[in-house]
Amino acid sequence: MTQDEYHAALPGHADFALPATPPPKPLNGNRPGRRRPALPATEVHPPAQLEAAPPEAAAPAPARPEPGDPEPARGADPIDVWDRRVAGGLAFLRRRLAGAYEVDDFGFDPELNDAVFQPMLKVLYRDWFRTEVFGIENVPDTGGGLVVGNHSGTLALDALMLTVALRDQHPKDRHLRLLGADLVFRLPVLSELARKAGATVACNPDAERLMSHGELVGVFPEGFKGIGKRFSERYKLQRFGRGGFVSAALRTGTPIVPVAIVGAEEIYPILADLKPLARLLGMPYFPVTPTFPWLGPLGLVPLPSKWLIEFCPPIPTAHLTEYADDPMVVFNLADQVRETIQATLHSLLEKRPDPFGL
Amino acid sequence: MVTGVSRFLGARVAARLAADPRVDRVIGLDPFAPSPALAGLLTDVELIRADARAAGTAIAELGAEAVVHLAVTSAPDPQSGGRAAMKEQNVIGTMQLLAAAQGADRLRKLVVRSSTAAYGASFRDPAVFTEDTEPRAVPRGSFARDILDIEGYVRGFRRRRPDVAATVLRFAPFISSTAETSLTRYFAQPLIPTVLGRDARLQFVHVDDALEILHRSVVEDHPGTFNVAGAGVLALSQAVRRAGRVSLPLPEGTLSSAAALARNIGVGQIGLDQIDLFVHGRVVDTGRLVKEFGFTPRTTAAAFDDFIHGHRGGRALSADRLAAAEHAILDGIRRVRAAATQDQEHVAP
Repeated sequence: MTQDEYHAALPGHADFALPATPPPKPLNGNRPGRRRPALPATEVHPPAQLEAAPPEAAAPAPARPEPGDPEPARGADPIDVWDRRVAGGLAFLRRRLAGAYEVDDFGFDPELNDAVFQPMLKVLYRDWFRTEVFGIENVPDTGGGLVVGNHSGTLALDALMLTVALRDQHPKDRHLRLLGADLVFRLPVLSELARKAGATVACNPDAERLMSHGELVGVFPEGFKGIGKRFSERYKLQRFGRGGFVSAALRTGTPIVPVAIVGAEEIYPILADLKPLARLLGMPYFPVTPTFPWLGPLGLVPLPSKWLIEFCPPIPTAHLTEYADDPMVVFNLADQVRETIQATLHSLLEKRPDPFGL
Repeated sequence: MVTGVSRFLGARVAARLAADPRVDRVIGLDPFAPSPALAGLLTDVELIRADARAAGTAIAELGAEAVVHLAVTSAPDPQSGGRAAMKEQNVIGTMQLLAAAQGADRLRKLVVRSSTAAYGASFRDPAVFTEDTEPRAVPRGSFARDILDIEGYVRGFRRRRPDVAATVLRFAPFISSTAETSLTRYFAQPLIPTVLGRDARLQFVHVDDALEILHRSVVEDHPGTFNVAGAGVLALSQAVRRAGRVSLPLPEGTLSSAAALARNIGVGQIGLDQIDLFVHGRVVDTGRLVKEFGFTPRTTAAAFDDFIHGHRGGRALSADRLAAAEHAILDGIRRVRAAATQDQEHVAP
């Protein structure tokens, strides 16, 4: 396939232009988290809101009595509320101890995830990083999707925050199934935590199986090049490898949703990388940050930067299924995804003049 | 002709085939006599006490139309020669049987028992194996290496005798309320050693479903390689909890050496095969089996439930006891609270 044929086959992509950037307005100072109930009322983006509005409007309606419930109940009979909570906690404990829960083929444990992992990560997401999410309506409500993001931050906290963003902000509360490096699955404990949280090894059979089962898959094609780069290189996308993620999406006809994450670069700024020590320890890099290793375990506390996550419009691939092995198509599409993420990163950075502002 | 009839699976398959009117004659080939419990099953089966070397003459003389090769041992048995005898039976036995089968003109069908251990164990493996997945590394366990050899011989046989329908069935570990395998013995212990920091995803297949699949592959025509397992997954920790046992996590190295020591003394049969399984887990896709055989084995969870029913003894934590404890705690809290409010009411006036 030549470049011209490629453009002819892609009516939507031939006149591909980077998304028009809205006039930047500094968002620092807005407390996120409380935005969501206010959204349907303000109607900032009427066309985009149309599809999202019915579930958005439907979701708070049954959800509202629940947060409201304890208030009148507390006035009437405080024992009831606490009884219910204690009973719920004990029932959860009993189910865990008796093994009465379901695990899927990949080892994903939705109950453990919702009861333990997500609430813990949400504290980091909401109170520590003050994350704001844009373009959540670009993530499909049903069916498969491949979420491709920029990777940064020494430890892959950006991947975890992305799962929280989708679970918390998406109208359908979708689970993101991450694809992780095989180093993660080599380590005891960490490998099992990753599997229970829904991750699996980054390889094409697994990615295609998840996507063809209609799951939302998250991938960071930069890999260790992205999270292990110096602070001076922040927000510069690294090479995207062989584009294996594109061929997996093409083979299953799954739309690709590029996502730009701003804020993870500042949590552990890498000032130097001690390569010999990393080789000795069998790690991809050994970071030296302003706090690590000087402060020991305290150095593992991430700096409280302000995070912005923006989902870009999905790139459909259903009409390109037969080109999954065409390196030309694969590289072009990978480049398109990369450029979209890079441009969105720049526009997000303009919205956030102060990395550690509110 | 069925090999390995002195053992649990072989005896049952032979008995089922003998009871099927579509099968005229069933001949059981095994170097050992079946145990008295199994001998009762084998009344309609003609037994030949010989090893695979005699299979050549037997297959040719009897004009066998189908050979079911089940004489594959999954763990060395210290009573009958240990690892050397196991390899002799698995690898050399299969080689000789297939050599004999190759020369048999009337042979139309070959069914070989294999195992999902054929996929090996590596950290870069995909989470779910399909029949086309190649093992990434030669496995450490002796059984897995034997299985790879056996499948290699079957591939050669298929090339040389394309007219024979060769079925390779890759079974997940067998489980049922009565079956005795190294894994069922493992789960029957009150205190179950596991690998620290690992929680393998396991799949089982119920013995009755395995028998049904074996039976169908003999009386019907299903050439190819198929994964045989129950749908769904149990994490090892989950399986231990469902069985009401207590797990004892040990570092991998300690567990390996402890298992080796136990093997040397002659107790316990945890080998490198099992340790690999507990570190990596093994999940297979059974889509091809269900499509070709039109038969869905019961799920892994259901098969394991049947096992739990057969092994009620030795449970430390049963679901009933946990539920009772939950109720007791809740009742206790309610009583304390009710008493507290009553006290307050007394004090208030």
